[in-house]
Amino acid sequence: MKIPQVSVFVSNRPGRLQAVCKSLADAGVNLLSLTLADSGEFGLIRLIVNNPEKAVDVLAKAGLSATITDVVACPVNAAIGGLAELLSTAVGSQQIDYMYAYPSTLNGSNIMILRFQDTDKAIEALKATNFKAIDKEELFKNT
Amino acid sequence: MRSTAWNDEENRVLPEMALDFMPEEKLRELQLQRMRATVKLAYEKVPLFREHMDEKGLKPEDIKTLKDVAKLPFTMKKDLRDTYPYGLFAVDLSEVVRLHASSGTTGKPIVVGYTKEDMDVWAQVVKRGLLACGFRSTDIVQNFFGYGLFTGGLGIHGGFEALGATVIPISGGNTERQVMLMKDFGVTAVGGTPSYFVRIIDVAEKMGVDIRDLKVKRGIFGAEPWSDGMRDYIEEKTGIKAYDIYGLSEIVGPGVGCECECRDGIHIFEDHFYPEIVDPETLEPLPDGEEGELVLSTLSKKAMPIIRYRTRDITAIEKTKCKCGRTIRRIRRIGRRSDDMIIMRGVNVFPSQIETALLRAEKALPHYQIVLDTKNNMDTLEVKVEVSRDMVSDSMGAMEQLNKKFKHSIEQILGISVIVTLCEPDSLPRSEGKAKRVVDNRKKM
Repeated sequence: MKIPQVSVFVSNRPGRLQAVCKSLADAGVNLLSLTLADSGEFGLIRLIVNNPEKAVDVLAKAGLSATITDVVACPVNAAIGGLAELLSTAVGSQQIDYMYAYPSTLNGSNIMILRFQDTDKAIEALKATNFKAIDKEELFKNT
Repeated sequence: MRSTAWNDEENRVLPEMALDFMPEEKLRELQLQRMRATVKLAYEKVPLFREHMDEKGLKPEDIKTLKDVAKLPFTMKKDLRDTYPYGLFAVDLSEVVRLHASSGTTGKPIVVGYTKEDMDVWAQVVKRGLLACGFRSTDIVQNFFGYGLFTGGLGIHGGFEALGATVIPISGGNTERQVMLMKDFGVTAVGGTPSYFVRIIDVAEKMGVDIRDLKVKRGIFGAEPWSDGMRDYIEEKTGIKAYDIYGLSEIVGPGVGCECECRDGIHIFEDHFYPEIVDPETLEPLPDGEEGELVLSTLSKKAMPIIRYRTRDITAIEKTKCKCGRTIRRIRRIGRRSDDMIIMRGVNVFPSQIETALLRAEKALPHYQIVLDTKNNMDTLEVKVEVSRDMVSDSMGAMEQLNKKFKHSIEQILGISVIVTLCEPDSLPRSEGKAKRVVDNRKKM
């Protein structure tokens, strides 16, 4: 149920995102989603890719430090209140470190990527709801 | 514990090591005899030295005991520069078989020369150091000290060759090839600057090579001050034992002193070099055990005898005997040079302190650089730290915490506020010789 996510450390200067994307593209790593976080001097690029281990190696060869952490992908209702509905379940009581949404859809429905402090507990909590965590295989089946 | 008997059969001291175990009385006798000969040679052949002696009203005959050495004039780096290139040579150039020179980052380089005999002594002292650290003729040695005018490469090379080891004169640079040869040639020993070896470790890791899986067992490192933390880091990452060799071109190059298997200070090869510690302010000699500036005299050099050279290295001569039983005295490992000192808002800062702080914060040794600047008429000290794979987190909060941890650790040691900037790997300049840790962009008042 866990989805591996790659986080890359970058200096906050022009061209870094391009460098990350190009290294991955040249190595044939498929990028499903990314989000950026920055803090003045540096930033983190968080990526969902079809081959995270390869991505980390490719980035290391390009002189970039990256790490893999587990996140949870789960479908949300596109209508108003969809996310609020998800968070109103037991899932909402789990500590969510940060979250971000896909700009695209999976099989026509919207999904959210969520990073919980305790991924296992969150997946457990999700089981009791109508929101089913999406499998890695399912997420990457069209890539 | 080994007895201190000189060349006692039972001690299994190799014949080549015997000089390290000379009875102390004999050693002092030899030092006095050689010191007197050196002073006489310099007085007769080196005009500047004679001038300095005359200013003090001293004659070579005035040196009757080793205590009298304290009366002799000092030699400063400036003296070597002022007499550039051959002014301190005591022999005709036809007798000089080798020249070396410093990089000359602060103006004219310093030139040093060696006779055939000097070269032999140099190789022998390096060899004795290597033997004391457990290197043997069976070793296959990758020497990545820089070859050329710098004394490091050829000095270490000469010692290993005298030992009978197989030397690979690869010099610094082309780090991927260094890793490849280390593996393919079955290298058992390495030599170079510790900062460059850390670079090799990084590159090996990137290439998927774990140095622990290779045959390398020992390393001889020097040419820059390195902390005990850096030694732990190197040993943990590679499984080798790292030893410190000390030297400076002005005296001979590497091999003025070296650690032994006990790694409890650097034994000075006292039959060829005479160490003293002086108070850097008053220049008065200090007793063994007290910290001050190391002053060295050559006792057998012919091409360029140097009397009481002020090294700028801060250390102490150990009072106690080393467990190895060597009678030649030890100095404490050099943690700092008065030359490296940064004065920041009135506080003395040494790069080695920052290294210690980084190690303390993260238990790893990231590549770092110190940048001094002036912003709004205030001097600032910035430490740029490269973020390795082990340090990355997906959480912004954790990254900011890491930054704070470094900052706090450095400030606690230095007592002044600093800026810490996290940088991408490989974004800071790498040197293939001595690490250039400090960039000073401050506006001079």
